[in-house]
Amino acid sequence: MEKIASDSPLTDEQAATLKTLTGLMIPASETFGVPGADDAQIFGEILVAARNHAAVVSEALTALAQAAATDLAKPFTEVTSAEGQEIVNRVQASHPRWVAVLVSITVECYYRDARVMASLEMPTRAPFPDGYDVPQGDWSLLDPVRERGPIWRRTS
Amino acid sequence: MADRVEDPVDVLIIGAGASGAAMAWSLADTRMHIVCMEQGDWMVPEQYPSSGIDWEARSFSDFSISPNRRKRDTDYPINDSNSPIAVANFNGVGGGTVLYAGHFPRFHPSDFKVQSLDGVADDWPVDYEMLEPFYATNDRMMGVAGMSGDPAYPNKQTVMPPLPMGLSGQIMGEAFNELGWHWWPSDVAIATTEYDGRAACINLGACGAGCAQGAKASSDVTYWPHAIRAGVELRTRCRVREITVNDEGMASGVIYFDEHGQERFQAAEVVVIACNGVGTPRLLLNSVSTAFPDGLANSSGLVGKNLMFHPYANIQGVLPRETDGYRGPPLSLWSKEFYETDESRGFVRGFTLEMHRGTRVVGTALRGMMSGHIPWGEGHHEAYRRMHNHMIGMSAICEDLPEAHNRVTIDPQLVDGDGIPAPRIDYTLSENSRKMLDFAVDKGSELLTTAGATDILVESPIAFGGWHLLGTARMGKDPENSVVNEWGRAHDVKNLFIVDGSIFVTSAGVNPTQTIQTLALYIADQMKKRLANLFD
Repeated sequence: MEKIASDSPLTDEQAATLKTLTGLMIPASETFGVPGADDAQIFGEILVAARNHAAVVSEALTALAQAAATDLAKPFTEVTSAEGQEIVNRVQASHPRWVAVLVSITVECYYRDARVMASLEMPTRAPFPDGYDVPQGDWSLLDPVRERGPIWRRTS
Repeated sequence: MADRVEDPVDVLIIGAGASGAAMAWSLADTRMHIVCMEQGDWMVPEQYPSSGIDWEARSFSDFSISPNRRKRDTDYPINDSNSPIAVANFNGVGGGTVLYAGHFPRFHPSDFKVQSLDGVADDWPVDYEMLEPFYATNDRMMGVAGMSGDPAYPNKQTVMPPLPMGLSGQIMGEAFNELGWHWWPSDVAIATTEYDGRAACINLGACGAGCAQGAKASSDVTYWPHAIRAGVELRTRCRVREITVNDEGMASGVIYFDEHGQERFQAAEVVVIACNGVGTPRLLLNSVSTAFPDGLANSSGLVGKNLMFHPYANIQGVLPRETDGYRGPPLSLWSKEFYETDESRGFVRGFTLEMHRGTRVVGTALRGMMSGHIPWGEGHHEAYRRMHNHMIGMSAICEDLPEAHNRVTIDPQLVDGDGIPAPRIDYTLSENSRKMLDFAVDKGSELLTTAGATDILVESPIAFGGWHLLGTARMGKDPENSVVNEWGRAHDVKNLFIVDGSIFVTSAGVNPTQTIQTLALYIADQMKKRLANLFD
C-alpha cells in the first residue's frame, strides 16, 4: 500500500491523476538508476507539497481528468505517455500557471531524494553546516580590465 | 480610537529592515528614547531552509520572496495582478535583507544627475560626493567584500576580500576579456572572513533563503545588535495601521496592532517611516485625517506614484564545461560595460550585468523544464544531466525611470490579518525598458556564446523579480514635485521622516540596498545636526 498523506486536500481520483502525471513527467530510469517521481516515497512528499497549492492543484487535476475523459474516453490514469503529454500541452496553453505549479512541486520533491542525489553524485545532506568548496581562482585575469583604465562617467 | 496608550517616545521608527536599522543605529548616540516597531519576528538562523535537504522547496513556500505565496501571518497581501512584475519583500527584523542575495553596489556618480546628463527624469537633491562618507560607513557596518580599484567607480575601499572566483568566474572572466568588456568581482554584503561577530561564508549557496551561517549581512545581524546595545528598543509583532496628527498638523504618534491583535496608540515626538516603496505609501495613504484627506504628506499628490522596480532579464547558458553549479553564493562578478547612455542603442540610461555562479539542483530542473530544454518522459534524465552543474548566466538589472502612472494605491477590498487595507500595484513596462531588456538579452547571449554556451535560456522580464521598491515618496526641494525634502523630512509634516527606497528620485541600474542604507545614515546625520531646530 502506498503512503498517501491523510490530510491531503485531493480526492482519491485527483491523487491518482497526479501520480500518473508525475510518472509521465519524470519516469524511472534503469540507465541512470533512479526512481520515477511516482515512486511511493517521492510521491508521498509531492502530496504533502500539494497542500500548499491545494486550489490550483485541484483545479488542474480536474481539468486533466476531464480532458482525458472528453478526448480519449478514458481516465487520465490510463493514458499513454504521448497522450498525456498532448493533454498537458493543451492545458498548459490555456492555464500555464496550473502546469507550472504541478512541475514545481514535482521537481522540488524529486530532486532531493537520496537515490536521485546519489545518482547525480551530489552530497546527500543539507548545505548547512558543512558548506562547499569553491576554488579561489586567479584574479590576475583582471589585468586587461585594469589596463583599460577608469570608465566611470564624470558628472562635471 | 485605540484603547491602549503608551508613554510617548522621542523617535518612533516604523520598520526594522535595511533603512530602519541604519537609522536606529545612527540616532542611538543622541541618547533619545528610540523605539522601532516591526510587524514581523526576529529570525532564527538555524531554522533557515539551508539547514534542511528540502531547502530549495522551502524557498518557494515559507521563505518565498513573494508575500502572496509565503502568506505568513506577519505578511500583508499585495494585489499586483496588474503588473508584469510581482512584488518581492520580507517582513521581519532585517526586512528584505533576510532574503536578498547580498549584492551591494553603490550608485554611480552619474545616477544622481540623469536630467543634467541625459535629459530624463530629475536630478537628485543629493549627489555621490555628499553621500560618499556614508557609503563608507555603511560598508563598514554591513561588512562589504569585494576588490578595490574597480575602474567603473571612483576610488573606494572594500572591507573584506572578494568571494572566490570559482570555476564560473574563470569561465566568465575569460569570455569578458575576449570581448574586451568591463568586469569586476561584485561588491557583496557577505563576510568572506570573520567579521564583527559573524562567521565567514562557507558557500552554502542558499543566500536567497536566509543565511544560516550568518555570513550574509542582513540588518538583524549587523546594525541591530549594535543599535540595541546602544539603547534602542525594538518591538516585534507591532503592525502600524496609521500615523496620527495633532491640531498643528504634526505627527503625534501611531495606532498599531500588537502581537495579540490589540489596538494601541504610541505617542512620539518624531516619526520615521522605513517600510519600503510599497509599505510606506500604503501607510501614508491609510493615514487619512481632516488635515490630510488624501493621505498624510500627500499635498503634492505624489505619494504612491512613480513606482520603480528594476526590470530584470535573466539569461542562462548551458556549457560543455563544468561550472560551480550549486556551490557558492549565486553572486560572482558584474559588468558595467553597458551602464551609461549610448543613444545609438535606442534607449537612455543602462544596466549592470550581474553574473550568476550557477543554478541549484531544483532550479536547474525548473529552468530546464519550463523553457522546454528538459523534456517530460524518456529524455528527461539525460537532458537534466547535460544541464546539471553546467549552467552559468546572469541577470541584467535595468534602470527603471519614474512614470506617474506606475503607482501604489489602496486596494478597495484586500486587507491584511488585522483588517488594514492592503496595497494595489499598477505598473507597466516602458518602451525604454523594453528596448533596454532586449539589448541586454542580446549582449548577455553574446557573452554566453563567447563562453561556449550551446543553449541559451531567457526570462525577460523576470516575473517574480520585483525585489526593489522605489520612488513612491520621492525626495526633492520643491514641495509640489516631491514628498520629502533633501534630507528626508516630509514637506507637509515637519516631524515626519521617510528613509526607505520610496524616497529615491531615480532607480539607477544597480541593487538599491547600499544606497537605501546610506541615505538613512545621511538623513540621520542631518537630523542630528539640526536637533535644536529640527522642526523649523
